[in-house]
Amino acid sequence: MSTKPTPSAAPVPRDFSARSKEFFVKHMVTIMFLVLSVLGFILSGMSPFLFLMDIVARVSRNAFLVLSLVIPVMAGMGLNFSIVLGAMAGQASLIFVTHWGVQGLPGILLCMALVTPLAMFLGFLTGNLFNKTKGQEMIAGLILGFFAQGIYELIFLQLVGGLIPMANTTLVMSSGIGIRTTVDLTNGLKYGLDWPGQFWGNDLLLRPTLPWTVLGIAAAVVVAFLLYRFVLKGKIPSISHLVGGAACLGIASWWSIIQIQTSSQINWIRVPLLTWFVIAALCGFILFFSRTKLGQDMRSVGQDRHVAAVAGIQVNRVRIIAIMMSMVMAAWGHIIFLQNMGAFSTYGSHEQIGLYSVAALLIGGATVAKATIGQALLGVFLFHTLFVVSPAAGRQVFGDAQIGEYFRVFVAYGVIGVTLAMHAWKLLIQNRAKQQL
Amino acid sequence: MAPNTVLRMEHIGKSYYGTQVLKDINIAVKPGEIHGIVGENGAGKSTLMNILFGMSVIHSTGGYEGSLYIDGTSASITSPQDAMALGIGMVHQEFMLLPNYTLTENIKLNREVLKPNPISRVFGDNLKSLDFATMNRDARSALDRLHINIEEYAQVAGLPVGYMQFTEIARELDKKNLKVLVFDEPTAVLAESEADHLLNAMKEIAASGIAILFITHRLGEIVEICDHITVLRDGTHVVTKPKTETDVFELAELMVGSQMEAADQSSRDTSQRAKLLEMRNLVVHMPGERVRGVDLDVYDGEILGLGGLAGQGKIGIANGLMGLFPTTGDALFNGTPIALNNPKASMAQGFAYVSEDRRGVGLLLDSSIELNIAFSAVQNQEQFIRRWGPFTQLDSGSIRNHALQYIKDLDIRCTGPTQLVRRLSGGNQQKVCIARALTMNPKVLLVSEPTRGIDVGAKRIVLDALRRLNQELGMTIIMTSSELGELRSICDRIAIVTDGRIAGILKPNDSDVNFGLLMSGQQASKGA
Repeated sequence: MSTKPTPSAAPVPRDFSARSKEFFVKHMVTIMFLVLSVLGFILSGMSPFLFLMDIVARVSRNAFLVLSLVIPVMAGMGLNFSIVLGAMAGQASLIFVTHWGVQGLPGILLCMALVTPLAMFLGFLTGNLFNKTKGQEMIAGLILGFFAQGIYELIFLQLVGGLIPMANTTLVMSSGIGIRTTVDLTNGLKYGLDWPGQFWGNDLLLRPTLPWTVLGIAAAVVVAFLLYRFVLKGKIPSISHLVGGAACLGIASWWSIIQIQTSSQINWIRVPLLTWFVIAALCGFILFFSRTKLGQDMRSVGQDRHVAAVAGIQVNRVRIIAIMMSMVMAAWGHIIFLQNMGAFSTYGSHEQIGLYSVAALLIGGATVAKATIGQALLGVFLFHTLFVVSPAAGRQVFGDAQIGEYFRVFVAYGVIGVTLAMHAWKLLIQNRAKQQL
Repeated sequence: MAPNTVLRMEHIGKSYYGTQVLKDINIAVKPGEIHGIVGENGAGKSTLMNILFGMSVIHSTGGYEGSLYIDGTSASITSPQDAMALGIGMVHQEFMLLPNYTLTENIKLNREVLKPNPISRVFGDNLKSLDFATMNRDARSALDRLHINIEEYAQVAGLPVGYMQFTEIARELDKKNLKVLVFDEPTAVLAESEADHLLNAMKEIAASGIAILFITHRLGEIVEICDHITVLRDGTHVVTKPKTETDVFELAELMVGSQMEAADQSSRDTSQRAKLLEMRNLVVHMPGERVRGVDLDVYDGEILGLGGLAGQGKIGIANGLMGLFPTTGDALFNGTPIALNNPKASMAQGFAYVSEDRRGVGLLLDSSIELNIAFSAVQNQEQFIRRWGPFTQLDSGSIRNHALQYIKDLDIRCTGPTQLVRRLSGGNQQKVCIARALTMNPKVLLVSEPTRGIDVGAKRIVLDALRRLNQELGMTIIMTSSELGELRSICDRIAIVTDGRIAGILKPNDSDVNFGLLMSGQQASKGA
């Protein structure tokens, strides 16, 4: 047989300007925020040291929470605004563990262990709700957050101290009923994960300085990569790999050693290494998970529920599992967030979590239909950069920090609306293209 | 019956809610045989395949009659999973592919090859890793059987449709127990060279011992590759013949059958009259009924029929003229161009439309009969309106009188002009649609599927009403219908639409063979 279908699949080569235009359109949101961040940084006149210190703290505390949004996007359920429920569960566990007086790293681990079954249960209920509101998961999740707020308030404002006995004068209001509006974690769970050594009386354990961390991570990554290629895959590292690895290591050590030698302020920045490990582990898990049977099922369901169902995939079950996983991750993420903050507003801390995390993810270039780990991390970085520099830039330019703050709020929430609109528009174009076939 | 049949269907029948749609079908297929099934729309092909595939639409409506044998043993198929387990595969007409996956991932969808890892040993099989190396190898070998030399790791999105079709076939071939493979109109979406390639691939698949059921309306292809051919018509099994004993002409005639039900009106020769409407290269992007370039003239005062099989584009023409779907090309009305893609302009030109989608776009189901009749005229021609400076008010008195008039003229059976249209029967709903179109005093009436879903008596009344309008008022009518018999009973000329183009224009009294040939994309024999 000699006849073959005429192959017209090869992409038409396009000139540079067309390609760069496509690149800009595709990454419009991220590029806009990158420009704003750089501009804001220059205008604010901040010292790089202060900026770095703030950013390291903020990114470490928030990254896990934003990463919890990745899996539902994979399963085609859009941006999971219902992580607010996970955050509430996390706060509940923090309140009880604080009451029991378990401190430091063991306390944080106890919180996470306690919250897991609760978050799975909430995720199960939410997943069932989303299965009944297919296509409207986002608005359903948003409203669910408001609804759950009522139940949360009922429990912690009315039942605690009454139906749920809690004799604790620092936590419970003076009337004996209801948790106080602020829960202070100082001398308890604060920094339980970030500074685990604190619990054992060694404040510096697992808290290396930034230059040493950079050096260590660079070395670890290069060694791990070479070992992986050599030991697991049995391939002898090529020259280019060796040179590339050496270059990375060289640049990292050059920068680090200069910083350490000159004992610049950068050396004052300490890295919450255990938190970074936890975030890295989550990233690794998401990567691993997307290449498992269940992960593949989620991606199938995410692309087309009908086709997946015809192929025999249990669509509803897969969607529920996705929300359950996201809910547990969100609960853990919120615990990580609050142990770094050191105190939280009992009835308010969780409220903004959904919007903030979604905005951060979108700023990183994710869409309703596609989100990656890289986008989540980049998004957290840019979102918080804007957080840090806007008030300072506003003060420098307009003489009023509030103006920068207004601008940041406007842009950060505007991006949610714009991204949703752009997604709808893209779908329209795609459908039109499909009809042209 | 030969003992070595892989699939045998005996006395298969099926009725939906008391209506017999399939009766006494007998088909036997040997391993390695290609068995063609032809028939018009509604002949029962898809019902037969739904039975074979255990679709829920069959079993939720009371199952079927007759028996199925796979490899000589009686089989009960109550779900698609049963069918797959028994080795029956199906290449769907619409693609069941995920565009962002590679060919491999699509071929192995939900049948992924897995390998254990430390985490799966704790948490169960769901967390086993995908074994992409083995999956790619399997996909490659399935694609190689089809002589597709595209990389198995290419993404499906952006591939030409031909490749998508082959990916679907490769998925079926990759199922190791495959015995019978059903192709449902596989060449409908393919270019000619791709279709040739597919037919060759089908021959090779059959040569490897897999039986093939090939459903198509392209008679040329059937005759080219099938060993046996079964013709279905109106749910009955007309004949099964070996290829050597038949030809395209006979099949065309068998497929259409004798449907000259009431061609009592001798058709008029209208070609000497003035051209009222000229279409040139009209392209309508109506999903499922794409029009790919129609050149057609309509003469003043005639009834023109548009026929052809479903999905070929006949319905798209009227929708395009009315501006309901994106349209390009030229249309001249009395020599002046019509503004396309603008329903309001079309109506202002003097077109009125009775849609094939009666309950969807044709009617305001939860409004009264009288409002439905007046609605288009109120919106477009300011009939039945009283003006008070900038404000307008419906003139309910004249709307009532007008509705009563039409209820009498068209014999709309109802409790009164205020009855909700939803409560009417299909035939009476159709009459309301026609009354509304007539209220616009159109010069051209476009009617699509006027008798779909209405009973026989009502059919007659609707058709008679159309003919009377034509004769008494001289109204030009363009009628689109899937029922050839109905077109032949009232039209002056019938244009058969195939593959989005006019395949040919026939007289109502032309032979069945010619109609059948045009509908299946063949040239009509001489004398057309």
